[in-house]
Amino acid sequence: MHATHIPKAPAYWSKAAIVPGIIAIGPMLPGTLAFGMAFGALCAQKNLSLAEVEVMMATVYGGLSQFVAVQSWPDVLTPGAIATLALLTLTVNIRFFLMSATLRPWFGTLPAWQAYPSMLLVTDGGWLAAMRYRDHGGADASFYLGGGIVLYFTWLFSAIPGFLLAEQLTDPRKYGVDLVMPAFYAAMLVPAWKGPRRAIPWVVSGVVALAVHWLVPGWWFIIAGALSGAISAGLMDEPEPQHPAGVSA
Amino acid sequence: MTEFLRSDVMVAFAVMTAVTVASRLGGYWLMGYVNVTPRVRRMLDALPGSIIVAAALPVAVNGGPVVVFAILAAMAVTIIRRNDFIAVITGMAVAAAARALGFGG
Repeated sequence: MHATHIPKAPAYWSKAAIVPGIIAIGPMLPGTLAFGMAFGALCAQKNLSLAEVEVMMATVYGGLSQFVAVQSWPDVLTPGAIATLALLTLTVNIRFFLMSATLRPWFGTLPAWQAYPSMLLVTDGGWLAAMRYRDHGGADASFYLGGGIVLYFTWLFSAIPGFLLAEQLTDPRKYGVDLVMPAFYAAMLVPAWKGPRRAIPWVVSGVVALAVHWLVPGWWFIIAGALSGAISAGLMDEPEPQHPAGVSA
Repeated sequence: MTEFLRSDVMVAFAVMTAVTVASRLGGYWLMGYVNVTPRVRRMLDALPGSIIVAAALPVAVNGGPVVVFAILAAMAVTIIRRNDFIAVITGMAVAAAARALGFGG
């Protein structure tokens, strides 16, 4: 039933998938906007200038890591404080490492000058939408790039209204903004369901993430859970015969 | 202008950007040296779900009953309608409504 063992087409570029790619990340846009506005409001409270906020939006480009970093923004940026921020950012964003790894089998045939810049646009939403497209046999890299660019610019501008309206947005939770990412994740998990056996790694991931979250301060739980899930999938025996022509169980 | 873009803030952003860019490029780079055996294939296939669960579950549990309930509502809507947009709006609306009614968390 599952298409894992069917070799998928190598990546190519065409205009045909740009619009479908943008439509696929469409559900992310209101949430991204709301999340970015909440972030802008937070930055205003932390006395960052709007120009500084925009530099951060454009360069770091990792919503959760920016939130976590600015929430614990120190009063004085000593080298030690900067190192702490870097470590915090790394623990939140190291999941991008795993995400870009999964894109290699798809983008690997593209020239490096096309593939590597594309990886700079890896985000949760853009990646998840692209993986689902790939899972259905899609190969057009424009699908990923189109959605990724729209998400980037939405994020870039989203902080501005939030920064300017900071007074009104002191409690973004009132509007459920903190549910944007979890709800989108949950929506992505449902179509990824391919039977209980293939969900075993998710359970491993969840148990490890909860344990690490409970035992270790900070954000290590994301990478610990994700890696545990992947490793458990690697350790599980293949339920189907190894021959490509084999009928799946 | 020194207040406009403070240099120590820019240094902090540069370091944060460096680790983030390294993360984004590193996985792709490393996989150039990994032979995608069926085992590696299974690991890669399990990553989307595993990352979702690892990132969202502790936050949900930590967020309390309102967050858990809102996420379950978003999943229920997805099962019925298969529409990501409605799912996100449902999650936000359920949490906002529950909090407006005085439920904490």
